[in-house]
Amino acid sequence: MVAKTVNVINAQGMHMRPAGLLAKAAAAHKECNVTLKVNEKSVNAKAVMQIMSACIKCGSTVEIVCDGVDEQAVLDEIAGMFESGFGE
Amino acid sequence: MKKYTGKGVYGAVAIGKISIFKRQEVSVKRERIDDIDAQKQRVEDAKAQATAQLQEIYDKALKEVGEANAQIFEIHMMMLEDLDYNDSICNIIETQSVNAEYAVAVTSDNFAEMFSAMDDAYMKERAADIRDISNRLIRNLQAGGSDNALGDDKVIICADDLAPSETVLLDKEKVLAFVTAHGSSNSHTAILARNMNIPAIIGLGDAFLSEIKDGDSAIVDGFTGEIFISPDEETTARLEKKQKEDEEKKKLLQELKGKENVTLDGKKINIYANIGSVDNIGAVLLNDAGGIGLFRSEFLYLESNDYPTEEQQFAAYKKVLESMAGKKVIIRTLDIGADKQVDYFNLAKEENPALGYRAIRICLTRPEIFKTQLRALYRASAYGNLGIMFPMITSVSELEKILAICSEVRDELAAEGVEMAEKVELGIMIETPAAAVISDLLAPMVDFFSVGTNDLTQYTLAVDRQNPEIEEFCDTHHEAILRLIEFSAQSAHKHGAWIGICGELAADTSLTERFLRMGIDELSVSPTFVLKVREAVRSVDLSHA
Repeated sequence: MVAKTVNVINAQGMHMRPAGLLAKAAAAHKECNVTLKVNEKSVNAKAVMQIMSACIKCGSTVEIVCDGVDEQAVLDEIAGMFESGFGE
Repeated sequence: MKKYTGKGVYGAVAIGKISIFKRQEVSVKRERIDDIDAQKQRVEDAKAQATAQLQEIYDKALKEVGEANAQIFEIHMMMLEDLDYNDSICNIIETQSVNAEYAVAVTSDNFAEMFSAMDDAYMKERAADIRDISNRLIRNLQAGGSDNALGDDKVIICADDLAPSETVLLDKEKVLAFVTAHGSSNSHTAILARNMNIPAIIGLGDAFLSEIKDGDSAIVDGFTGEIFISPDEETTARLEKKQKEDEEKKKLLQELKGKENVTLDGKKINIYANIGSVDNIGAVLLNDAGGIGLFRSEFLYLESNDYPTEEQQFAAYKKVLESMAGKKVIIRTLDIGADKQVDYFNLAKEENPALGYRAIRICLTRPEIFKTQLRALYRASAYGNLGIMFPMITSVSELEKILAICSEVRDELAAEGVEMAEKVELGIMIETPAAAVISDLLAPMVDFFSVGTNDLTQYTLAVDRQNPEIEEFCDTHHEAILRLIEFSAQSAHKHGAWIGICGELAADTSLTERFLRMGIDELSVSPTFVLKVREAVRSVDLSHA
């Protein structure tokens, strides 16, 4: 299991578009669990509605936890998406 | 005539007949079933069908409103695949032995409620997305999945609310306007309407829908958010005129956006915009101005209760320069005094403020204020293509003092290691007859002139433009003014400087040809006049005398 803490830099937080992109990327790794820990909650990063309902605002700190096949590569990919502001 | 007011989300006028949007009502009965697996399979089939439908909607939206706005339907497809959503549907079927429709409906309510309860306006709106995809699933389960069709006439669509997919699926050729009783400007419907260039009003309230019927004649004013039912003649005439003007403006925009400011015989000039606040940048870009020819820095001082700090000014200038992305931005140093008074400057009351203590005169006698502004400007220069312009110049010695202060500030910043643009063009306003008459002496000292025709007219003709009684003496086309501009243009060009006009006269298209013949290099006008002036420039032929 590997983990990394990132900041949400998107002005509108994790709204539909970034949530959708994140879920899509996470779901592509079927044999690796991806969990977000934010505001003392755990969110399955493969479930777009969970991500949205966590109401993650700009400036929030999110811990990404990856557990499974290729976990480090998955972590790097997901962390990179947060760091680039999901291309916004 | 009846009038209802909501919130306009796309400014345009539509005149036509009302069509009340009929939705296939989704009504779901709870039924006990025995074959759980068959129900699960029905959900899977309905989902596959929904995904195909959404793919079709996505493709249509991609063409009509662009990728950024079409993405919502891609996300809808992902929501259909959402683990929790699907688990919930399966669980309800399994544990309660109920039909698929009922399981979807309950899941939809639960998820929609969860979003509605969220403490965030944007997330609250997402309840509509859940309902949209769920109703699609239920319609598919009930085998009635055809989407709404309209008749042959163009109509004003009225609805309680429209789901994003409903908005996109309506045949754009037949929709004059969208009008809804509910909804917010955050809703996708509002966003899509804006991107489809269809006038739209939202939030008209429940009473509205109960008081209209199909075929009622109506006018939608998306600018004001008003809808008139059975409008009277006067209202119709007024809005027909508004519609025509708006369409002409948009047509001009369509035809001239992206075109060069070039005369028939090939002379090119710059058309820039005048603005007085950072908020106006949107209008500058929308109207396709090539740059900002006059940015009045006064707003920073007028909006403030004390002298704006270097940091405050730097942030504002940087924002403008960055937003203009390398296009020219000419910022005029403060022009306080005369009709623009600021309490904390503690300026004494004057008998004749237009001829008094104002603009550069304040800057030169209170250099600390001037230097703060110049430091902010030079620091911001690293972020774009900045020009600095000084108002109310009357003499060579004034300009010498200004230039000395500028190089002092530059040296100071360089010593502090602050990053600055290599070249910041410096120019002066030609707005006093004195400056125009000695423009041949001033031109070698600067990079550009910008003629302020409002003050130049007032000072040359000795008329107060605010005084309506002497309006007939205020001939803005007076030969004296035009000759002063012409001489300034000759002086500028002789010494390698360029010359623009940033006063109201720049937008007077009856003078465009004359200005071009004088050799004016730039016209800076209010953003809404940019394309009108471009049209005028493009119709001039300088090859005939």
